[in-house]
Amino acid sequence: MKNRRSVYLDHSATTPTDPRVVEKMLPYFTEFYGNASSIHGFGRKAEQAIEDAREMIAKILHCDPIEIVFTSGGSESDNLALRGAAWTAQQQGRGNHLITTPVEHSAIGRTTAQLAALMGFERTLLPVDRHAQIDEEDFIAACRPETTLASVIYANNEVGTIAPIPQLAQIAHERGIWLHTDAVQAAGQLPLDVEVLGVDLMSLSAHKFYGPKGVGVLYVRKGIDLVPSQTGGSHEENRRAGTHNTPAIVGMAYALQWAYDERETRIAHYRAMRDQLITGILAHISDVELTGHPQDRLPSHASFVFDGIDSTKLLMHLDMKGVAASGGSACKTGNPEPSSVLLAMGYPAEQAIGTLRLSVGLQTTPEDVEYAVNAVADSVEKLRKLNRVLSS
Amino acid sequence: MSGGVDSSVAAALLVEQGYEVIGMMMRLWSEESDSCSTHNRCCTPEQLNDARRIADKLGIPFYVLDTQEVFRNTIVEFFIDQHRQAFTPNPCIECNRHIRFNWLLNNALALDADYLATGHYARVMLGSDGVYQLRAGVDDSKDQSYVLSVLRQEHLKQVMFPIGEYPKSEVREIAARFGLPTASKKDSQDLCFLGDGDYRRFLRDYAPEVMEPGPIVLKNGQIVGEHQGLANYTIGQRKGLNISYSEPLYVIGTNPYRNALIVGIADDLGKDHLTAKRVTWVNDQNVPTAPFRAEVKIRYKAKSMPAWITPLPEDRIAVKFDHPLRDITPGQGAVIYHGDQCLGGGIIERDSDATVETPVSQVNVTLV
Repeated sequence: MKNRRSVYLDHSATTPTDPRVVEKMLPYFTEFYGNASSIHGFGRKAEQAIEDAREMIAKILHCDPIEIVFTSGGSESDNLALRGAAWTAQQQGRGNHLITTPVEHSAIGRTTAQLAALMGFERTLLPVDRHAQIDEEDFIAACRPETTLASVIYANNEVGTIAPIPQLAQIAHERGIWLHTDAVQAAGQLPLDVEVLGVDLMSLSAHKFYGPKGVGVLYVRKGIDLVPSQTGGSHEENRRAGTHNTPAIVGMAYALQWAYDERETRIAHYRAMRDQLITGILAHISDVELTGHPQDRLPSHASFVFDGIDSTKLLMHLDMKGVAASGGSACKTGNPEPSSVLLAMGYPAEQAIGTLRLSVGLQTTPEDVEYAVNAVADSVEKLRKLNRVLSS
Repeated sequence: MSGGVDSSVAAALLVEQGYEVIGMMMRLWSEESDSCSTHNRCCTPEQLNDARRIADKLGIPFYVLDTQEVFRNTIVEFFIDQHRQAFTPNPCIECNRHIRFNWLLNNALALDADYLATGHYARVMLGSDGVYQLRAGVDDSKDQSYVLSVLRQEHLKQVMFPIGEYPKSEVREIAARFGLPTASKKDSQDLCFLGDGDYRRFLRDYAPEVMEPGPIVLKNGQIVGEHQGLANYTIGQRKGLNISYSEPLYVIGTNPYRNALIVGIADDLGKDHLTAKRVTWVNDQNVPTAPFRAEVKIRYKAKSMPAWITPLPEDRIAVKFDHPLRDITPGQGAVIYHGDQCLGGGIIERDSDATVETPVSQVNVTLV
């Protein structure tokens, strides 16, 4: 392939670690390698770094440092939030009913499904509209006296739609229900002030905001006593057992700090790149639709459905052209299922198989976007032509 | 790439020769089978992982293409439908015709590939006359030109069989040289979509009507016993008929209209002629019109036997062998050779069908 460029447009999957973040992490591998739980000086060095990190993050979340729990990432934070809070409420005899949506990340969807299938909980999935948004009235109607916990994704990973978290939190609190939000995609781009959001639990993952992989945060509002889903030592106030990953925690704190210090300029850049991408694709390709909310969406996130296209093949074509993207129904085992998020949004199965997600980042240039638009247009045209050849 | 030795070595050889190689695996439809089964079914998670690891090792991209629906609708349905008509089909021939060298080839071309390479034991050569030739693989015991006989000029100009030049033992050595983990893997066998390798059990499950008992008759129509479903029997079979008769009886044919199994004595068994339909010629630019001498193979593992070939209208041929053969089986391929050069082939007809229309299947099975 001639003139192949390498264009990474999958920042919603993961971001490169900021070299400045790596710098901050390095001493904690070889110099300050102590176990933060140890009594001795080596341990204290690590503990100090972790507590500094906790304070940095708490400042951005506008919460008390003790409300920050360090985890191994978004999925673990989601699991701990749901299992921990649901079990606690069950222990307290407050009820067994959970409310969530059909457009959650699978770390929420499968966890609540398991709680319902195996652990005696009841689950209500709120309906979503064509833009993946829920109606506050539906939420109010779903609340029962025995409802203890609701979980709604802050910014949708597949279609980028932003949920009205403050309004939902108010509805939940009026009824004594805890609200959790998966803010994994939102972190680095949307406000994370838990006082403004009103959430009781919130999941973050460092590698989505130019931090390292394998580390995350669960914000837990004071007064919520979590039953730990991973037991062991008394780390993290008995909420999450396991030796602290000091370098990753330090790296995460700096990554989040810089993401919010530089938020205005970053978002302006994301928006410009994303809008160029959306405009280009809608202008150059027929039978394509932007999925998710046209305005209330993540600044970095563009998602589409193409008629008559199999997402897996589109991603393969783009990969051969050097463009890294993803799709809701993408799968590496040749057994693609239509995107359950798009099905819930009311798209028919044959459309829900043709998804594409392009997410821009700090290094994305207008030339990258132009190249990617051409690559998508060319691939879609070739795949549609292939369909015609094979069906003739 | 299947995760097996042959396709892995094919990919490795092309990488070594400097081609830009893209690894592709077709996820074909196959029966669900319990995970403890050791059967060599295709497209298991293990094979998928093997293929992916080999691609990683060779430094090439690797993609899995969902081929389940088209494979099920064309190959598996065809297999069942042919059995319903009391033919003994060769699904690999149809897979090469419809899936590998049509569906997959077109997918590869859409990706701007110049060639589709597979791990088949066969060779493509360009003659001095500018005509592409299909030749047997150098390893006679592994030659797969029989199932590739449906290929024509438009295919051969854009396909490659990198391992056709090597005997299997050397292919394994090459795998070892490249450090491919498949170097000592077993050869795959049986139809790839069967859960357990038992096609009779498969038919009982998916098309029970082809396993309807019916009469066993002599050529003159006299009923001498009852069979347990035509798909249970093969031409030339003697054992398992459970008939007492003055002489040993052999399966010599079927009558699907009466669901009858036709048996005869040893003298009835041999046949020195056949007709074949759906004939394709490798050199489709210049197809034979007059009778000619050649050799014909009547099943994958048979030897090719000398015969006269007479082209007939409507893509049919008549074959007259020099000596009778005992197991000419309707539904199998009749593939024509000049030495190691494959000229083309067709599907063996039932004698009675050469003049009669084939029965239309009445029941549609739904596979899950």
